[in-house]
Amino acid sequence: MNNDIISPENLVYKKPELMNDTAMHYCAGCSHGVVHKLVAEVIEEMGMQNKTIGVSPVGCAVFAYRYLDIDWQEAPHGRAPAVATGIKRLWPDRLVFTYQGDGDLACIGTCETIHALNRGENIPIIFINNAIYGMTGGQMAPTTLIGQKTATCPYGREPELHGYPLNMTELASHLTGTCFVTRQSVENVASIRKAKAAIRKAFDASMKGLGSSLVEIVSTCNSGWKLSPKQANDWMEEHMFKEYPKGDLKDTTNL
Amino acid sequence: MGKILGAVVINEDRCKGCALCVDACPKDVLALAGRKVNVHGYPYVEAIKADDCIGCASCGIVCPDGCITVYRKKKD
Amino acid sequence: MEKKEVTLMKGNEAVAHAMIRCGADAFFGYPITPQSEIIETLALLKPWETTGMVVLQAESEVASINMVYGGGGAGKRVITTSSSPGVALMQEGISYMAGAEIPGVIVNVQRGGPGLGTIQPSQSDYMQATRGGGNGDYNVIVLAPASVQEMADFVDLSFELAFKYRNPVMILSDGVIGQMMEKVVLPPIKPRRTEEQIAKECPWATIGRPSSREPNIMTSLELKPEVMEEINIHLQEKYQLAKDTETRCEITDCDDADYVIVAFGSAARITEKSMEIARKRGIKVGLFRPITLWPFPEKELRKTVAGKKGILVAEINAGQMIEDVKLAIGNSLPTAHFGRLGGIVPDPEEIVNALKTKLIDNE
Repeated sequence: MNNDIISPENLVYKKPELMNDTAMHYCAGCSHGVVHKLVAEVIEEMGMQNKTIGVSPVGCAVFAYRYLDIDWQEAPHGRAPAVATGIKRLWPDRLVFTYQGDGDLACIGTCETIHALNRGENIPIIFINNAIYGMTGGQMAPTTLIGQKTATCPYGREPELHGYPLNMTELASHLTGTCFVTRQSVENVASIRKAKAAIRKAFDASMKGLGSSLVEIVSTCNSGWKLSPKQANDWMEEHMFKEYPKGDLKDTTNL
Repeated sequence: MGKILGAVVINEDRCKGCALCVDACPKDVLALAGRKVNVHGYPYVEAIKADDCIGCASCGIVCPDGCITVYRKKKD
Repeated sequence: MEKKEVTLMKGNEAVAHAMIRCGADAFFGYPITPQSEIIETLALLKPWETTGMVVLQAESEVASINMVYGGGGAGKRVITTSSSPGVALMQEGISYMAGAEIPGVIVNVQRGGPGLGTIQPSQSDYMQATRGGGNGDYNVIVLAPASVQEMADFVDLSFELAFKYRNPVMILSDGVIGQMMEKVVLPPIKPRRTEEQIAKECPWATIGRPSSREPNIMTSLELKPEVMEEINIHLQEKYQLAKDTETRCEITDCDDADYVIVAFGSAARITEKSMEIARKRGIKVGLFRPITLWPFPEKELRKTVAGKKGILVAEINAGQMIEDVKLAIGNSLPTAHFGRLGGIVPDPEEIVNALKTKLIDNE
């Protein structure tokens, strides 16, 4: 019986210590949970559990502070980079990161995001892009794909009516203040490992004072997309990666 | 040559039945537990072929809710 | 004894000097007339090289107030300054600060509105300041300086109140006080607090979680209405304590007066001259100057005006503080308002005339 091997010395994987036992409010299969685990793992591996302040957004991740046992500030909608600037400038030896969705970062908080990145604030920004507004029930996001149906573009996004998808990560890569700009995803083990390495690099860069980082995670919102979690992953691979191709867009960190 | 043995422990009450682990498992160890639901009313995942597990941890890594703990041992 | 440094400077400059001297940790702000001298003075003084104070020009007032949210939530003494249209933009952040119980100081050097309005002085943000200003049931403690000296002195006082109540505090000034130059004794030098002091004095601050405590979380969000009501009740109890203990006012020549002029900030300064003119003409007038606009010194006002013939509320707006005056005294005696609008600063003579035509002639 394989179950005989269940004992601490044979442990190879468990959820990170920093992630507490509170049941997460996210829908089944939501990418947020995976990224939360990665953030927790990276903080633990850096040994920064006692010196980290997270800034959570408005949107689905508003309650991130319930799940990771670090100090948190929940920012007004879109303002997380400004809130993080206030913390980091005053506590430069702390690890201060923001965790934001596409509505928060690429729409209402575009100004704060671009300026914090361009000032080279030593803050890593985790950007969850699932091309839809999850928390409010599946409305159009700035990153919604052309033709994609949402509650506020039920016949599909049309450029004449709704404009074009906003590629914030490309924009960020052109800003002098950024040191590391990358686009990742978390739909399978290989992608998750790469995304974790990217988060680690961004967090390390902030503690070395190299400037701001943007780690976009192209994500699924299977509830908003009205697909099963598996189908959502497939849809993301087929459609999202065309508009939002994965890979490092800028890396001056030498890390 | 030693055989790799693996085992998974699933926190059924934390599981939401998204089944991403079922898809990630290379050995088809996991499956949704029929019509059963947990305390939150979610269907949940079970190890239906526990002895086929190789402890690769793919299920644990892709699990968004951190429900799965994985063990592995090389058997001589 | 420490030698007092008497200098001549603008109200705006005095605020900048006071911040550095009273151990502020950071200033975040965005230029706007008539208060840009504050950030300009800070940039010239370079406090980051002396006290270590952070000075950062933000991309907007929205960003400024959220930097205050972040720094204040992490236990630091953080201040921002602006003028009316900029303070309007800050209302979201101020509401969130009140909800999350984050201390911080906002200086509003008011100008005329509505909208972009004018760059000339005004007191037309009284209602916004004293009623909270943003969404939700909350209050901000509001101090109204009437001199360059008070501009300087109120900075440290505001920080003390902000941390005592874990609430935003506003210094509601205007273009007159910000731009005028007069003698000022700069406040004593106070060092910035150390990390150990902050950890001890602000156990709620998000400065990184030692394993000995639960995570600290700054948030104004609570989806359960029963819990949200409890949070609101807690806030209201805090505001009640401020109402009971923090009212401040200045009462001048009211004992023998027949009439009392109620005025704050620059309007009170002008009224001092009006009193002189009126008394020369045989009209016995006193001045009641609320220093805290919220909490409003209701009890003090009731006591001061008891038995008088009438009250004139002189403001540089269309009639805002007069509502608080009426809430305090009811219909117990005749009450009239005098105001100039749109950035016009009243003349002392105009106030005397208003007293005569609106109150004395009607008797």
